[in-house]
Amino acid sequence: MNERFYKSLYRIRRVEEEIAAVYPTDKIKSPVHLSIGQEAVAVGVCEALEKNDIVFGTYRSHALYLAKGGDLRKMIAELYGKVTGSAKGKGGSMHLIDVEAGAMGASAVVGTTIPHAAGYALAMKFQKKPTVVVSFFGDGAVDEGVFHETMNFAALKALPIIFVCENNFYAIHTHQLRRQKLDNICDKARSYGMTAKQIPNNDIFSIYEQVSAAAARLRDGAPGPFFFECLTYRLKEHVGPSEDYHLGYRTREEAEPWISNDSMTKLAAQIEPGRRKQIDAVVDTEIRDAFEFAEASAFPSAEELFTDVYGS
Amino acid sequence: MERELSYVEAIREATDQEMDRDPSVLVFGLDVDDPKAIQGTTRGLLEKFGPDRVFSTPLSEDAMTGVAIGLALGGMRPIHVHIRMDFLLLAMNQLVNIAAKSRYMYGGQVQLPIVVRSMIGKSWGQGAQHSQGLYSFFMHVPGLKVVAPTTPYDAKGCLIHAIRDNDPVIYVEHRILHFQKGPVPESLYASAPGKARIAVTGSDVTLVGISHMQIECLRAQRYLETIGIQAEVIDPIWLQPLDIETIAESVHKTGRLCVVDNDWISCGAGSEIVAAVLERVQDTRAIQVKRLGFAPVTCPPTPTLEDLYYPNGRTIAAAVRKLVTGAKDAWLPEECAELREIEFKGPF
Repeated sequence: MNERFYKSLYRIRRVEEEIAAVYPTDKIKSPVHLSIGQEAVAVGVCEALEKNDIVFGTYRSHALYLAKGGDLRKMIAELYGKVTGSAKGKGGSMHLIDVEAGAMGASAVVGTTIPHAAGYALAMKFQKKPTVVVSFFGDGAVDEGVFHETMNFAALKALPIIFVCENNFYAIHTHQLRRQKLDNICDKARSYGMTAKQIPNNDIFSIYEQVSAAAARLRDGAPGPFFFECLTYRLKEHVGPSEDYHLGYRTREEAEPWISNDSMTKLAAQIEPGRRKQIDAVVDTEIRDAFEFAEASAFPSAEELFTDVYGS
Repeated sequence: MERELSYVEAIREATDQEMDRDPSVLVFGLDVDDPKAIQGTTRGLLEKFGPDRVFSTPLSEDAMTGVAIGLALGGMRPIHVHIRMDFLLLAMNQLVNIAAKSRYMYGGQVQLPIVVRSMIGKSWGQGAQHSQGLYSFFMHVPGLKVVAPTTPYDAKGCLIHAIRDNDPVIYVEHRILHFQKGPVPESLYASAPGKARIAVTGSDVTLVGISHMQIECLRAQRYLETIGIQAEVIDPIWLQPLDIETIAESVHKTGRLCVVDNDWISCGAGSEIVAAVLERVQDTRAIQVKRLGFAPVTCPPTPTLEDLYYPNGRTIAAAVRKLVTGAKDAWLPEECAELREIEFKGPF
């Protein structure tokens, strides 16, 4: 398990570091919202899911897409705007999707996909399928009306859904406590009639264990939803490849505990160095291949401008 | 003798038959399962199909539109009902940012077969927020289809098509059209997008009426007939895609176009039709155009002001007469009692 978790965390971290490295060349023609620092949530949750389970994410979904098994080549090609991308170059970094992997699409408008997950869960319930649906969103989405409307509906219908709030404390540059009078997001969820738990330490094992238990209960037919608030921390700027401590809205000191508590670093230390080198090498090769694939792929042809507007 | 149904019964029958045919079709929205059953359009569906497929919802237009999107992604074909079109403003993010764009921004990997039914109100003091015909908002956005049937026949055929269509369809009803009766076959038939109907043929002017204004145009046509002006009345039915060719062909013949919108004129469907027709015919003949619609104010509930707010058969006839004859006088036809109730007789 340690190796599997480490590999997934390392892979996502390295992919995004590579994106950050390539970004200044302008080959990536898409605003990127990097997950660096937050990967443990996506990996911990997705490791608790099965292939047929479904996740819905946000514009900061590189980690979620990869953790759920989204195709890496297609992701990088999408960031490059190439026709081989996950959306043929028509979505970009903020709209990653891999239907086969159960990564059902991400949106640039905060909170927007929360009800999609609820609707999908309702469809699964209607079809009597054992699918578990997970909705990822940030603390910013909790400010939105659609969050509250969906919590109410999901609880009312006892939907087979797990809500995962990735609380990184900031909506762009504005702290949660400058947007919300109360800091307890779980209490808001509870007020709609669902169980809710905060996982405070950005620890991949805590997240994995608790989400696994919730998913198992849903598969056993227990009424949903389940709600988790996962405290985590974004180490890069809101959008773009760099750090942003110089802006002054937060300090490096605030980030330090999160850096020293980083799940990937901690797991790396637990794996025998020779074995770790092997894992890293496999991942590095895969990433190199994905970037080469994106580089070598063609841009969409002119006709693609007009396809996929309507089905008929 | 052909069977006649009301517009309400036509919607109810289309929904019932499609739900029978396809178990993935479901209907939801505030009060779809209550005793009034959305003016009767959902009557009996709960009893026949059960509460999993016919259910009322919280007053959460934004989230429930998102739920419709999620249902569609999960393989269902939802019909989401709003008792007033004004309430769609609470769902614009989901409709414009997601429903319209998903197929494109996800590179064709998903489709969203969703029907959004909504009603435009009029009279009995409906006022500012129960009367708006906001379909032009949706016509503006690539990825959405928009239909505003005026006859019971089209109400059924267009709803059946909308349910089967793999794109989101904004289905626009008008409360006054609900009372219309007309021939409706019992069989299942789908009225495909992009086909307008020439309701009455004429040679002097092309008169296009959208939604309830189609009826006012039919009234105007009769008033104009009494003074020797032959109007060709066209019902566009589908607004996106719009059958501009049929309208342009008619205008090519008549040389004059008057579009009567069930909406304000500025940036509306009528303006779009006039501009699109001009682009098509301007190289071959000069034409005269006129747009009519709501007065550019908020809809007042009091009857005396409301009468002035909406175009009607007589005011349309007066405007068309000016367009055709160039007359400057203030002619208005005497109100003709037998034109108060125009029902659709068909056959179509």
